[in-house]
Amino acid sequence: MSDAVVRADGVWKRFRLYHERNQSLKATIMRRGRARYEEFWALKDVSFEVPAGSTFALIGHNGSGKSTMLKTLARILRPDKGTVEVKGKMSALLELGAGFHPELSGRENVYLNGAILGLSKRELDRRFDDIVGFAGLERFIDSPVKNYSSGMYVRLGFSVAINVDPDVLLIDEVLAVGDEEFQRKCLERVADLRASGRTIVVVTHSMQTVRSLCDRAVWLENGVVREEGEAGEVADAYLGQVQVDIQQAEAADPSSRWSQLRITQVELLDSRGRPTTRVATGDAVTFRMHYEAAEPVRNPVFSFAITTPDGMLVTGPNTKEAEVFVDKVEGEGTVDLHVPRLLLLLGNYDVTVECTNDSVTHSYHRWPRAMRFDVVPGVPHETYGGVVSLDGRFSIN
Amino acid sequence: MQTLREIASRRELFVNLTLRELRSKYKRSVLGWAWSMLNPLTTLLIYATVFGIFLRVEPDVGDPSGLKNFAMFLMCGLLPYTFLANGLNAGMTSLIGNANLVQKVYFPREILVGATVASWLVSFLIELGVLALVLAFFGNIVVPWVPVVLLLVVLQTMFVTGIALALAGAAVYFRDLQHLLGLVLQVWLYSAPIVYPVALVEGEVGTSGWKITLYNLNPLTRFVEAYRDAFYHLRLPPLDDLAYLVGVSVAVLLAGWWAFSRLEGRLAEEL
Repeated sequence: MSDAVVRADGVWKRFRLYHERNQSLKATIMRRGRARYEEFWALKDVSFEVPAGSTFALIGHNGSGKSTMLKTLARILRPDKGTVEVKGKMSALLELGAGFHPELSGRENVYLNGAILGLSKRELDRRFDDIVGFAGLERFIDSPVKNYSSGMYVRLGFSVAINVDPDVLLIDEVLAVGDEEFQRKCLERVADLRASGRTIVVVTHSMQTVRSLCDRAVWLENGVVREEGEAGEVADAYLGQVQVDIQQAEAADPSSRWSQLRITQVELLDSRGRPTTRVATGDAVTFRMHYEAAEPVRNPVFSFAITTPDGMLVTGPNTKEAEVFVDKVEGEGTVDLHVPRLLLLLGNYDVTVECTNDSVTHSYHRWPRAMRFDVVPGVPHETYGGVVSLDGRFSIN
Repeated sequence: MQTLREIASRRELFVNLTLRELRSKYKRSVLGWAWSMLNPLTTLLIYATVFGIFLRVEPDVGDPSGLKNFAMFLMCGLLPYTFLANGLNAGMTSLIGNANLVQKVYFPREILVGATVASWLVSFLIELGVLALVLAFFGNIVVPWVPVVLLLVVLQTMFVTGIALALAGAAVYFRDLQHLLGLVLQVWLYSAPIVYPVALVEGEVGTSGWKITLYNLNPLTRFVEAYRDAFYHLRLPPLDDLAYLVGVSVAVLLAGWWAFSRLEGRLAEEL
């Protein structure tokens, strides 16, 4: 790809983990050596390219090196090996309001912060009203920022950074600032930038963001590129791994093993009763959990919860509210939830299952995200996002 | 070369950071800008009393100006020293003090050090202006010598910036350099003819020999003498002195910059 505007080429970055950090000359001379430290590589041979005008996500667990990568792109950190190249004007939203001086007024800080981000006085004069208007701080712009609330502070910081009008925008999950109204404005502004052909690199934990906003993604694990490619695919692969990790942690957790009742398996069955993980909107399906009760359990309540990969609960039916009662269970058995028409829309969903006592105060066994399934388009046919169909009927008169 | 071009393209940032330093220096005080005058005035008062009145240090007689005034003699040396001391102290802590910036935003880091030194340069220039007025009151019309002083100011700024760059980079790794610098500055003050004339030293060690040569190698000695030539004596400083100062200033600036670029690589991590 020759039209790449951001390029990382074999980037290695080493950090020092100090055991005894000594930052004084005296101690250095006394101990004949500055400090004992271990080296560890935060980035190992990371390469990727971001094509012009695309939105690119860096994903991975905490400590995977994604923020280090972003800081390297922003030129705050210098790679030990390899090169980083960013073409055009870059603005980084790593921390909002970095460099604000508490004693100076909002107005003075806008000019100062703008200059730090690379705007000239003339450009700032032109955009000043936009910046202040966007932050909604017209009334307070001449008071010192030390008197601002933290929300006001961050709003002003975001407003300056986003108005730099960069060719390349680096974002480190700082969009979660301010109230909902302001967040909506922020997302709209980012979408505007995206629509106007700017290149955006974002570090995020939200796979929803990756899927809905990004074109491509790279998944870092322990400083190594685990996967790079189309955003949706990388996000799925990442979530699949998260799933496996959770299950392994579950299996290793002794508290879930010694209980009166254990859920041993969760299945999704299609209309003909065959196990599947892929169904279409509108299909008749059955969710089934297998349980094993070591001793008799009185009045158990079974529940299924269906969530999106981001953890949003779509629905969570249980046997108590459905008024399906059973006096006692013992030995092995199954609980079925039959759904005549599955109204979930295109996407991945997780099934969490749980068995509790009658008053839903004690859990015999809870198995989060026990199973994942995909829903592909079916009937009703809706492709404008969202998670459920209301199965409504149109009539035009 | 590339760094230079980059720094040149960030002039506005330099100006803004300098203004920030200046504003924050005086913003909170009732007296505001008066402080920048009050500080040297107090020092002047103390030194003039102790050295001029109690210890009876005899100032040089202005040649050809004919001026003989210990306070004026002192100021011509004390102001450049104060600029040196303030510039180094503030320049040294400029990276540590702006850690949040260095860790979060990229720009050539030299600008931070430069802007801090520049803010003290502004104070220095104002003080020099006031000094020129006071000298006029004592009969010294310094106007023709202003270009010489400006040249000296440029050279001294290079000198201070060079050392400040090296110190700023090193201070990130060794925080206790600040205490050391205080000591060095104390010694430096008395190792140059600021509160006393060179004649006193020459009276002790003679006008030739390695001792006086060593004494004269101190760039601060030459700076102070040159400032005094222009403002106190109203004469051109010896050309070999000027040549020496040009050489030292350029060398110190380049060396400091080189040291800074060596230390710069891991700044954001070490802060």
